[in-house]
Amino acid sequence: MSGPAIRVEDLGKLYRIGSMPTGYRTLRDSIVGGVRRLAGRGDRSAPETIWALRHVSFDVEPGKVLGIVGRNGAGKSTLLKILSRVTDPTEGWAQIAGRVGSLLEVGTGFHPELTGRENIYLNGAILGMRRREIDARFGEIVGFAEVERFIDTPVKRYSSGMYLRLAFSVAAHLEPEILLVDEVLAVGDAEFQRKCLGKMSEVARQGRTILFVSHNMSAILRLTEETIVLDQGRLVLRAPTAEAVDFYLASGMQQSGERTWAEGVGPFRPLALRILNRRGQVVPQVAAVEPCVIEFEYDLGQDLSGLRVGLYLSTGRGEPVFTSFDTDDPQIYDRFRVRRAGRYRSRCTLPANWLNEGRFVVGVNASSFGIQSYFTDEHALAFTVDGTGAPGSQWAEPRRGPLRPALEWEIAQAVR
Amino acid sequence: MTGAGGAGMQAAGTVTRIQPSRGWSWGELADLWRYRELVYFLVWRDVKVRYKQTLLGAGWAILKPFLSMVIFTLVFAGLAKLETDGAPAPVFYYAGLLPWVLFQDGVSKAGNSLVTGSHLITKVYFPRVAIPIASVVAGVVDFALALLVLFGLMAYYGVTGSTSLGTIPLFLILALITAMGAGLWLSALNVSYRDVGYVTPFLLQAWLYASPIAYSAAIIPEGMARTIYALNPMAGVVQGFRWAVLGTGQPPLELLLVSTAAAVLLLVSGALYFRRMERTFADVV
Repeated sequence: MSGPAIRVEDLGKLYRIGSMPTGYRTLRDSIVGGVRRLAGRGDRSAPETIWALRHVSFDVEPGKVLGIVGRNGAGKSTLLKILSRVTDPTEGWAQIAGRVGSLLEVGTGFHPELTGRENIYLNGAILGMRRREIDARFGEIVGFAEVERFIDTPVKRYSSGMYLRLAFSVAAHLEPEILLVDEVLAVGDAEFQRKCLGKMSEVARQGRTILFVSHNMSAILRLTEETIVLDQGRLVLRAPTAEAVDFYLASGMQQSGERTWAEGVGPFRPLALRILNRRGQVVPQVAAVEPCVIEFEYDLGQDLSGLRVGLYLSTGRGEPVFTSFDTDDPQIYDRFRVRRAGRYRSRCTLPANWLNEGRFVVGVNASSFGIQSYFTDEHALAFTVDGTGAPGSQWAEPRRGPLRPALEWEIAQAVR
Repeated sequence: MTGAGGAGMQAAGTVTRIQPSRGWSWGELADLWRYRELVYFLVWRDVKVRYKQTLLGAGWAILKPFLSMVIFTLVFAGLAKLETDGAPAPVFYYAGLLPWVLFQDGVSKAGNSLVTGSHLITKVYFPRVAIPIASVVAGVVDFALALLVLFGLMAYYGVTGSTSLGTIPLFLILALITAMGAGLWLSALNVSYRDVGYVTPFLLQAWLYASPIAYSAAIIPEGMARTIYALNPMAGVVQGFRWAVLGTGQPPLELLLVSTAAAVLLLVSGALYFRRMERTFADVV
């Protein structure tokens, strides 16, 4: 076999904005629209459209692992959806040599009422496996997932960890020539993630071609040699991974200590996210020895009940540090059970002597738990922590981990 | 996906080309054949899950047509005193309801199937048509169970049946073709227009009365009226099935001919519409 495993030429995907996330029309809309068009009246201009992906071309040689990074909405998922044939491209073409397997979301097609055994067969068939193949790998799949004892129990009785392990295990044993992986590592505990990464390196060593999308820069650095950076649907860089990750981290984030959003419409409209120092100035860099404030300003277009506005803090390399919401305190939650329409600022203080030096990324999220997510941007703003004078700085050595807290230590001499 | 014979048998040079699709291609059918095991597993899932956590379980497959038969017998034969082609009323109605319930369940389940399966459609590739097909085919298991009850009823009422019983599979196939035709239309429409969920119950109710279930097709005047009546494929299915069970008189050949043509037309047009809409499913569902 010669030639690239994946060849992408001038690929593009156009979405109508109206039909973007949940845009099913009602029959009436279509009939009314149709009648208007027949009558020669009404809006003849094309509906508003957006190129989720455009003019993207690249090749991947067989056996290579290619990373794909980009902010939310950069077109990463659209690219994988086109390559896995879930959706059609609008223009351009792609050619794929060999069988494609996708790990777009683990557990696709699992049915809660069916047992683990039954779900392995069902899920395997959905992912394109033959019955014989599943038979042959059944033991391996069950072993990897560590669910031997529960294999004939309906998966609705599984713990979420068991469920995830089984789902990943089926997908990981698909053994296609080309594997597309999208953010599967965003779920599960550390142990599970470690196992997933291990399995993926193993797959890579077997000479399969992998496209790997992730926000987790350390995983990208570990698994890939080359990475492409997507921005607003365009391929802006293809480079060795370390270089591409640096480029992405430097270009994607603003350095000003403030991120603003254009005024929009909808129930939740983000306005600004800021990092403030002790004196209330907007700064891109804060001192580890001083407290700092993260402030999120937004408009509510309508009364929202159960709203929580929160922050994700992660390191520059994508490892999560914490998640916190403004209504975590039950008393505050009760007071803001319904948040009236209007302008708000949610702010929280990060204590002094707490973060380690380095780059951090703030993500924001506004949602009503279990009801709706109004807004998410996991990479809204980056800032730097200056470690001067931080706990233990009498020793000139880098400290491991995202935190560098001043803890209360006691030293007691044991009396004999 | 071109996974022809599993990883081991993978031909070295299988290359899939992905580009904006236009028109109908035979590749679709070949793909469906390659994914036949998926259809099997989806049917098997539907059958397994259908009566989970119900008290009576598969008993519902029998009770549904049986209870309807009791009601039809009381109302249409008892009160309205409608003719039942000289057959015992319970056998007459049950024989009509059996293919109808298969059709009705198939159409309503298939109509919702793509929306219910949207998590699959937006995540993995496979021939989308596998989903509505599986919904329709899963009804055959219920049909087979209910058929046993029909034989019991026939024995009880002394309806001996004749060689015409052997034609039952033909009418089963015709019912499946009709249900798939309607199911393909409704499922594809449902992706864009959720109105389908509201329209389907009324459609099925009207369709029930347009089919010779509560009455015999013999009351429709011969000639033009009968031909128009036969444009409803279920008219042929129900009347034909009933003839196969009762075995009296001549088979309704003219009715069957028109109904079969209408059923095939429904299936082909449904498949074409489905194919046309298929490429947008993942974007709009």
